[in-house]
Amino acid sequence: MTGAAGHTTNVVPHESAAKHVTGEAVYVDDILVSGELLVGRVVTSPHAHAKILSFDLGAARAVPGVHAVLSSRDIPGVNDMGPVVHDEVCLAADRVFCVGQAVFLIAAESAEQCRAAERLIHVVYEPLAPILTLADAIAQGTLLGPPASIVRGDAASAIRKAPHRFSGELETGAQEHWYLESQVALCVPGEGKELQVYSSSQHPSETQALVASVLGIGKHDVVVEVRRMGGAFGGKETQANHTACWTALLARASGRPVKIRLFRDDDMIMTGKRHRFLSRYEAGFDDRGMLLGLSAELHCDGGCATDLTFAILQRAMLHIDNTYFIPDITVVGKAYRTNLPSNTAFRGFGGPQGMAVVEQVIDRVARTLGLDAAEVRRRNFYGTDSRNVTHYGQTVERNHLPLLFDRLTASSGYAKRRADAGIFNASHEFVKRGIALTPVKFGISFTTSFLNQAGALVLIYKDGTILVNHGGTEMGQGLHTKMQQIAAREFGVSLDRVKVNATNTAKVPNTSATAASAGSDLNGMAVKNAADILKARIAEAIAPVLTGGNTSDPTRPEDILFEKNSIVDGRHAGRSISFADAMPVMQRLQVSLSASGFYKTPGIGWDSVKGTGKPFFYFAFGMAVTEAELDLLTGRHTILRADILYDVGESLNPQIDLGQIEGGFVQGLGWCTTEEIKWDDKGNLLTHSPDTYKIPSVQDIPREFYTALLDNVPNPGTIHSSKAVAEPPFMLALSAWLAIKDALSAASNHTKEPEFSLPATNEVILLSLEKLKAR
Amino acid sequence: MTKIPITTTVNGTVHTLEIAPHQTLLELLREGLGLTGTKCGCEIGECGACTVLLDGEPVNSCLVLAPQIDGRNVSTVEGLMRANATDPLQDAFMDHDAVHCGFCTPGMLMSARALLAEDAHPDEASIRTAISGNLCRCTGYVQIIEAIKHVKP
Repeated sequence: MTGAAGHTTNVVPHESAAKHVTGEAVYVDDILVSGELLVGRVVTSPHAHAKILSFDLGAARAVPGVHAVLSSRDIPGVNDMGPVVHDEVCLAADRVFCVGQAVFLIAAESAEQCRAAERLIHVVYEPLAPILTLADAIAQGTLLGPPASIVRGDAASAIRKAPHRFSGELETGAQEHWYLESQVALCVPGEGKELQVYSSSQHPSETQALVASVLGIGKHDVVVEVRRMGGAFGGKETQANHTACWTALLARASGRPVKIRLFRDDDMIMTGKRHRFLSRYEAGFDDRGMLLGLSAELHCDGGCATDLTFAILQRAMLHIDNTYFIPDITVVGKAYRTNLPSNTAFRGFGGPQGMAVVEQVIDRVARTLGLDAAEVRRRNFYGTDSRNVTHYGQTVERNHLPLLFDRLTASSGYAKRRADAGIFNASHEFVKRGIALTPVKFGISFTTSFLNQAGALVLIYKDGTILVNHGGTEMGQGLHTKMQQIAAREFGVSLDRVKVNATNTAKVPNTSATAASAGSDLNGMAVKNAADILKARIAEAIAPVLTGGNTSDPTRPEDILFEKNSIVDGRHAGRSISFADAMPVMQRLQVSLSASGFYKTPGIGWDSVKGTGKPFFYFAFGMAVTEAELDLLTGRHTILRADILYDVGESLNPQIDLGQIEGGFVQGLGWCTTEEIKWDDKGNLLTHSPDTYKIPSVQDIPREFYTALLDNVPNPGTIHSSKAVAEPPFMLALSAWLAIKDALSAASNHTKEPEFSLPATNEVILLSLEKLKAR
Repeated sequence: MTKIPITTTVNGTVHTLEIAPHQTLLELLREGLGLTGTKCGCEIGECGACTVLLDGEPVNSCLVLAPQIDGRNVSTVEGLMRANATDPLQDAFMDHDAVHCGFCTPGMLMSARALLAEDAHPDEASIRTAISGNLCRCTGYVQIIEAIKHVKP
């Protein structure tokens, strides 16, 4: 059984839905190119860490049909692809730092010719000792940069003085993005130095910048276009740049269009994952389960280069509180270099890793005291008037946690089902049920404050149709649909009059990535700004037209309304002109019908060194109750039911938002349960295909799944009073993780603390059971 | 390399072709016939993005060698339209927002098509079984299940 409830207005299908269901939607791999197209291939390192002593490309270059074989020496510009810190080369020069690192590039007329050429490349490597585990990285101190910390009060003293305390360690695993469309780019050379790049990228402006940089040309010669992506989830925020740069180098060298589409296994081997964390914590609490102090040290595996690691670690540290007021707290974050592909952005961006720690802590507090975990959570929630300041000093405003808790515990029947699970467990020896409620509070804004900006370019044509360009990219999250809705609402026209263009660096420059759940917030405001500019111009020019002969009572520009495909005088309903008819008039009156809009998030900023300030424009809230059933003989679990209540403010599009919530939860469920990344002791990825790496299938989702939006909670200061949705629902899957742990704990009648890590694979569960029995 | 002559019907159109013996049906559809609606996701028959119907049965077209379709009928997402109007299955996917990034959609639709041909009113368990070989990373599957449940006959 599945179901969803919530708003009924703003129900608009995805703007590309009609193209998707007919197969007409064009992804990069579907773009028609002339017969000149070459196939690109990336030759990668077989070693996790090695010196490149010598190589010979002569034989490979002689293969018929091969047009280019390139090494780092053939890069005309800068051999660097680091998005923040410049520690990531485009092609390995004298050393390789992970298995799957790009070393050479081949372009040929067929994939077979590429492979034939690859076999003829002779490289001499001198293997070096790799660092492949976080434990080794910590032991050897391979820090990527100085540790960071956020401190409030005196956690050590608060924990020491607390009536109860414990310490522990939590491992959370890596996760593969598994976008259905693997990394892909198509580059078409133009005249002179010009290059047209079709990329599956969340960050076209950065793709443009890096392509220009590796080619040694100006950004004005590179146009990056993104029509849509077949999923991204953070995996195409920085790491789409790689495929685009490699393709660009081959196109430049061969003078022909080149496409690289990574095979699934190659994509999984070569690209970075969600950062795995090893977290150590110590907590102090009182008899009621109130947290008095928390000290946590988060160690994360950055992989072989920095990528976005520090921003991700920072977000983990900023979300270690989740929804709980912790009076005295110290959180330290350390990122390490290992010889694995550079880990990268993934939905939640460190948030899940941070929250898993405090949720594990609360779960242990409840078990230690024999209290209901949901009640312990409620007691520790941020207050509305007091106890409402985070460890970094931002006040939690418009706190919907009490409302969510009351409504969700009622709608899910939490208390009765908890009691029922106890009854079930008493009469079942080998099958146990567990239930857990977990909340989420997620800060919305890029924590690198200047990135909170967006641009738009809105064009109105003489027939009254409107073309919206904005800096955001469409990856299935429905951003373009929301932008289309916003423009239609602002101009008062029907949706069919508005089209959203492919994202293009020649239309809107210097954009931020479509990331941090901020796509609609930022770009929506930029589109509105452009619409406001155009409407002001049109109103000024159309007012005398509508006035006509009524000069004694003229139509004033401030009276003009844009509604129902018309432009009307709000004081004189008879004075109106259809939007489409007005546009030729505008042209005759020499009114510019294109405008660029811009937005920057107001009032945010923080000191990342001191760890204080207001990094977030607002918080998104949600809550979930999940029930799991566990087979103690096999470790196999079934998610019986999940109930989610989520706050999106005034939803821009309820169907899209519900889909994002359900999809985020299920992706989180994968991270929490079946998605296990394993490497061997040489640094080879063992789980490099869907054979061995299991994302949730339809059979893995909750048997009963209810999702609803919180009603009547407009969010002030955002586009049409909405809130972000993309990332926060992911973290609600921690309720499934803890429901499984609750079922596991039932095996000892909740008397012992089970060992637990994330993902809770069958293996983790069975090993934990063995230890519960042994104790 | 010796090419193999075949005659096959794709979305109602008869094609007589000469194809390489190692070419997959997926490659033939996308590169040979320009039917790019069928997507390439994993190329090992695990993700279902390339699902098409072969004589009405859903198959992973990446696992079918093109010579195997000699004398047989292939249906792809491009063949779902009925006389220039969308099929009720396509309408249901649009109405229920079952389409997010869209990359799994063509394969998902073909699996659903095969199910509905057998059972016009499938229950949820049958729907889950029918699309269990089609991975979706965006939706969490709920809206897809709802869409298939609500296809108008």
